[in-house]
Amino acid sequence: MEAFYEWARVLYDSTGINLPFIYDSYDRGRMIDGFFTTVKLSVICLFFSVIIGIIGAWLQNSPLKWTRRIVNGYIQLFRNTPPLVQLYFFYFAIGTLLPKVTNDYGGQEPILGGFTWAVISLSFFAGAYNVEIFRSGIEAVPDSTIEAAEALGFTRLHIYKDITLPLAFRVVLPALNNNLVNLVKTTTLAYAIAVPEMLYEANQIWSDNVNVTEMMIFMLLTYFVLVGILVWGMNRWERALKIPGFGA
Amino acid sequence: MAWSEDQPMVSIKDLHKSFGALEVLKGISMDVMKGEVVCIIGPSGSGKSTLIRCVNALNDIQQGSILVEGQEVNDHNLDKLELRKKVGMVFQQYNLFPHKTALENIMMAPLLVLKQDKAEVEKLARQLIKKVRLEGKEESYPGELSGGQQQRVAIARSLAMNPDVMLFDEVTAALDPETVNEVLLAIKELAQDGMTCMLVTHEMAFAREIADHIYFTDRGVIVEHGPPDTFFDDAKDPRTVEFLGQIL
Ligand SMILES: Nc1ncnc2c1ncn2[C@@H]1O[C@H](COP(=O)(O)OP(=O)(O)OP(=O)(O)O)[C@@H](O)[C@H]1O
Ligand SMILES: [Mg+2]
Repeated sequence: MEAFYEWARVLYDSTGINLPFIYDSYDRGRMIDGFFTTVKLSVICLFFSVIIGIIGAWLQNSPLKWTRRIVNGYIQLFRNTPPLVQLYFFYFAIGTLLPKVTNDYGGQEPILGGFTWAVISLSFFAGAYNVEIFRSGIEAVPDSTIEAAEALGFTRLHIYKDITLPLAFRVVLPALNNNLVNLVKTTTLAYAIAVPEMLYEANQIWSDNVNVTEMMIFMLLTYFVLVGILVWGMNRWERALKIPGFGA
Repeated sequence: MAWSEDQPMVSIKDLHKSFGALEVLKGISMDVMKGEVVCIIGPSGSGKSTLIRCVNALNDIQQGSILVEGQEVNDHNLDKLELRKKVGMVFQQYNLFPHKTALENIMMAPLLVLKQDKAEVEKLARQLIKKVRLEGKEESYPGELSGGQQQRVAIARSLAMNPDVMLFDEVTAALDPETVNEVLLAIKELAQDGMTCMLVTHEMAFAREIADHIYFTDRGVIVEHGPPDTFFDDAKDPRTVEFLGQIL
């Protein structure tokens, strides 16, 4: 490891290519923190956006007109507005309405921090697409299969949980895959409300070191690898869920 | 008023059923005693499927009465779960759950609906697989089975709920000719075991062999009925005679 750090320093001295997040322990720490913040933000948002998708699609089939309307309104609102505006809306508009708490240093602090608002905002953003994705999958499940479950006495919840969702899931995995990749890319917006994720930390580093080109190349490659891992995982999952003789 | 076994298992009186403005059943009455096998035949669109789907409340009823073991089906407060525990149904298109193995398909309803013990249910499911002559196919998915094999799994799946009445809606109509017999054999054995059955079928020879009573429906009414020999040899109604003439 030391040799690697040393290599980066030599690289800088001999070529001027400046990678302080390798040789400088302070910048390295910032970069690693940023990386894990991005991973944490992505994983939490992936999780909640899928949950929102599943519940939203269930509510969309509700017999109650107003439940369906509210879900549809939510989808329209979040699909037809920029995610950055949504994020600002949550952080600045709603965030300032909430009560403040006293922090350890005796100062006033918003009850929810930037990270939490990013989770809320991005989960609802990706969740709106997930509801539509799950709905299309649910519509692909034949009525006759549902009817067979009804005839066996299944409740609506059991039908959804044990028949509709597992079948719909397999149909929508490619579309879900796409949306989740988009979500990971969209986590960079959290930069705008000073969540110390990877892009934010990279910005800090290039401000101190004036090495924008190197940092941007590094960012591109890192996101490329990160998203690559997600895609690889989703494809494996897709294959693992494949049922002999079902679907194309 | 408690139901007793000398009363009809299924008692249909003056049943009317419409889809919107289209009246499909125009006053159907029939009684099915315990252990009886009743076949319903008739031209396409005459309302045969609609009739038996009313018996387990897959279709709602506008007028008239269906009593299943004395329980009124045409009732807003009907406990569908109770009804469906008593009435099993097998469909033309099998409608197995494609993401579950043959064994799991059979086990699902007893586990989820009847909340029976898993080990017990599995034992029962293996017996039923044997009964429909599908040993060795326990772990196969529906997509890996032939139509005839899938239909026998579907029969076993219904039987796992230990119903008192079985409904069959043209269960061999989608099958290749060479697999029709294996399914008919399974139904015949069931009938011989004393299961009460209502079958919609186009298999005239089979109907004649296993039915205790045959009903001929046309345009939503029963135009002729009787025991098989009388029905097939001495049909009086001209429409029945014409239909039998075309088919036999
Ligand atoms: N869900 C529905 N909505 C509207 N009309 C329906 C519906 N189901 C059936 N019908 C109509 O009801 C009539 C009777 O249909 P049904 O399926 O009971 O006939 P069938 O005797 O079973 O015919 P087949 O031998 O072709 O299966 C048909 O005219 C059909 O178009
Ligand atoms: Mg039919």
